[in-house]
Amino acid sequence: MADSAVAPIVAPTTPQFPIVGKSQIKPTWCPGCGDYGVVASVEMALKRLKIPSKDVVIVSGIGCSSNLPHFLSSYGFHGIHGRSIPLAEGIRWGNHELTVIATGGDGDGFGIGAGHFIHAMRRNVKLTYVTMDNQIYGLTTGQASPTSTLGQKTKSTPTGVIEYPLDPIALALASGATYVARGFSGDVKHLTDLVAGGIQHKGFSFIDVFSPCVTYNKVNTFDFFRQRVYKLESSGHNPSDLSAAFQRSLEWGDKIPIGLFYSVDRPTYEDMEEVLQVGPLVHQPAGLKGRESVLDEFI
Amino acid sequence: MKEIAVRAGGQAGDGIASIGESISRSFSRMGLHVFGLNAYQSVIRGGHVWYHSRASEVPVHSQGDHADILYALDRQTVDLHAHILRQHGTVVFDPEKFPLATTDVPAGIQLLAIPTLEIARKYTSQSVLQNAAGIGASAYLAGIPLDIVQKVLADSFGRKAGDVVSWNTNACADGYRFAEGKGLSHPRALAKQGQPKLLMTGNQAIALGAAAAGCKFLVQYPMTPATSIMHWLAAHSRALGVVVKQSEDELASMNMAIGASYAGVRSMTASSGGGFALMTEALGMAGMAEVPVVVVDAARAGPSTGLPTKTEQGDLNLLMGAGQGEWPRAVLAPSDPVEAYRLTVTAFELAEKYQTPVLVLTDFHLAEAMEGVDRSKIDLNVPVPSLFTVEPNGHDYRRYLDTESGVSPRAFPGQAGLNHIALSDEHDEFGHDVSDILAGTPNATAVRVKMMEKRMRKLKGLAKDLPAPVWEGPADAPLTFVAWGSTVGAVRDAMKLLEENGKKTNLLRFPGLYPLDPDVVRSAFARTHKTLLVEGNYSGQFGLLLRGEMGVEFPFRFLKYDGEPFYPHQIVERAEEVL
Repeated sequence: MADSAVAPIVAPTTPQFPIVGKSQIKPTWCPGCGDYGVVASVEMALKRLKIPSKDVVIVSGIGCSSNLPHFLSSYGFHGIHGRSIPLAEGIRWGNHELTVIATGGDGDGFGIGAGHFIHAMRRNVKLTYVTMDNQIYGLTTGQASPTSTLGQKTKSTPTGVIEYPLDPIALALASGATYVARGFSGDVKHLTDLVAGGIQHKGFSFIDVFSPCVTYNKVNTFDFFRQRVYKLESSGHNPSDLSAAFQRSLEWGDKIPIGLFYSVDRPTYEDMEEVLQVGPLVHQPAGLKGRESVLDEFI
Repeated sequence: MKEIAVRAGGQAGDGIASIGESISRSFSRMGLHVFGLNAYQSVIRGGHVWYHSRASEVPVHSQGDHADILYALDRQTVDLHAHILRQHGTVVFDPEKFPLATTDVPAGIQLLAIPTLEIARKYTSQSVLQNAAGIGASAYLAGIPLDIVQKVLADSFGRKAGDVVSWNTNACADGYRFAEGKGLSHPRALAKQGQPKLLMTGNQAIALGAAAAGCKFLVQYPMTPATSIMHWLAAHSRALGVVVKQSEDELASMNMAIGASYAGVRSMTASSGGGFALMTEALGMAGMAEVPVVVVDAARAGPSTGLPTKTEQGDLNLLMGAGQGEWPRAVLAPSDPVEAYRLTVTAFELAEKYQTPVLVLTDFHLAEAMEGVDRSKIDLNVPVPSLFTVEPNGHDYRRYLDTESGVSPRAFPGQAGLNHIALSDEHDEFGHDVSDILAGTPNATAVRVKMMEKRMRKLKGLAKDLPAPVWEGPADAPLTFVAWGSTVGAVRDAMKLLEENGKKTNLLRFPGLYPLDPDVVRSAFARTHKTLLVEGNYSGQFGLLLRGEMGVEFPFRFLKYDGEPFYPHQIVERAEEVL
């Protein structure tokens, strides 16, 4: 496994169909929001891979970040809070020729949707999950999230958070994820590499993105991260080493790693599901016409 | 009418369901009409379980009220069930297991003491083989030919080792001959008639119906009594090309089904009330995003965990009110396996035609009871048209185009030029969100009203297409039963008993519960004199729905919520009070 997060660029082909670009809808995020960097990275990664927009579905739940599908020209499904992953899994199993990207936030993905997150990783269903982790609930105007810092004062925790924060990277590693990365929306080029690598990865790819909320989180700001992040790619980390990945995931404080923590090849759910071996479900014959023998077992 | 019923009882783990199914299947292969009821508890070993197999020369629609042969694997079975034995009834038991004297059973009941354990020991040390001997003896008394019951047993072991098969068929023959040698017989014993029937549960019929309707994706989380839908499709997944996914929870089930359907695959999920309750938020999303999906609720006795292995029709209000806000839905309620097959097909057709969820409501009794079905009644030749019907039209594709029917052109990911966003937020015809920066502006308010009315307009079409109420029995009768779902079976049998007593009744039953066409319903009730609403719940939920929607009143009701299915004699007694 290469020790770089930079995705190998696929041989460019002349796209028969338009590739993904911006939609007519302008993002509605606050000026300066970290999510602008994330939508730019997703767009650039898809452009780099030259995937036709007709074959891309971006799925989301609810929250500021979950508005992302509206701002790109692909197909999309803006679902309900915490359920982007099972919705995306259903889409993948319905048509596994599609490139499926799920996007959301830390409340959506690690709070209300935590159960689905864990199971999608152990299944290794091939989809890319990008979380815009701002360590706060933004759209509901500033309550503590599962990744809020211990002691942080929010509207729901006026005397400070008393729960230890969830570590999405360590959780992903423990759940059997096969591509685990962390990006920073203040470094769009690096994030684009991670997202492109995730889309190309054979299996579940998870990219947790520090995407600061400029309105409600005055602790985990762009400056906070700029002063602390360092890149795993330039620190000798071997992303095929699970123990090393766990070690790095525990680093938090003056130095916080971003980049590719872990990547491994394992059969995907779609590889293992026998029915899908003959092609996408959506194109398979349906019904029981002429299958009279199916009734024999009831005699 | 000639009929016979065999009941077997014992503890969970004794193999009671296998005994009962073997008897039911033997009757079914004789071409007889069969109803098999498996009564069990939420335990894996111990407790008390029983299986009732009723066979008849003419159609029977419930477990009935009596038994003729009671195969008792323990003494408790005798104490609990001997009273339902009809005249000339026989208790089959092994004296090595427990003693039994004629004074222990009602007068006129004969005893067949058979050494089932001793027979089993001839072949193996595994005591479960005793059941084969007991089945043989019961089969003899019931008039089942030995070769038929032996073949049923052999088939039930499938491709297992030859010894197990021959031990069972031999022990069965030993039991059969033993009973024959005692000179016992039963005057109700039935003879073979016609072609073998198909023996299936409501759940199996639903699974089959889904596959026939083109369902390619079933996602489910285990919950009694819906689980065997998943079991049947999982066992046939490869052969039929249906992906069967066991999800992490019902929230996932519903979202996965919606995702697959959005991708262009006919999809279904199933659960019981508790799991269905978890699906409701996503169900509303399917209504809002206009994604077809079929959901089965096999209800059990609630509230909450309730009685997990007992029946009730208590979830209608749950289905009617599922999901926040208002969105169009249809609710179907089959009353027997044939109808469960057909209405599952209908559910897929309606869901697709109206691009909205269709809910199929059954209950424990229909889900798990077995009925003999004429093969000719299961038509597998269901047309499954392609979903790819929309062609790109420049840049003007409107996924949520406002139309007279409320139904818009539906495109799928992978189709060029038709890219769109499906969404749970309120939106315009293009799928553009009007819920954030536009919300409350005059234009967005107008869009909201237009789109709400567009979606809800589907109810008009659904009401026209919903299976209409069905009359059974004479056109004119002093008393009309009103029933739906599995309760219909016991009502049919009760009507027959009433007719034998010279009392004329008929039945107005509802395979489609919602949305009903008010004109159709009002004109149906205009034909009634006196009605008796029969429902398996506390408050008469369907009666309240009819009252609320069309002002139909039910002064006479028979409501039951003891967890047990309706018995024909209970309905007869209530009808006689009302008449």
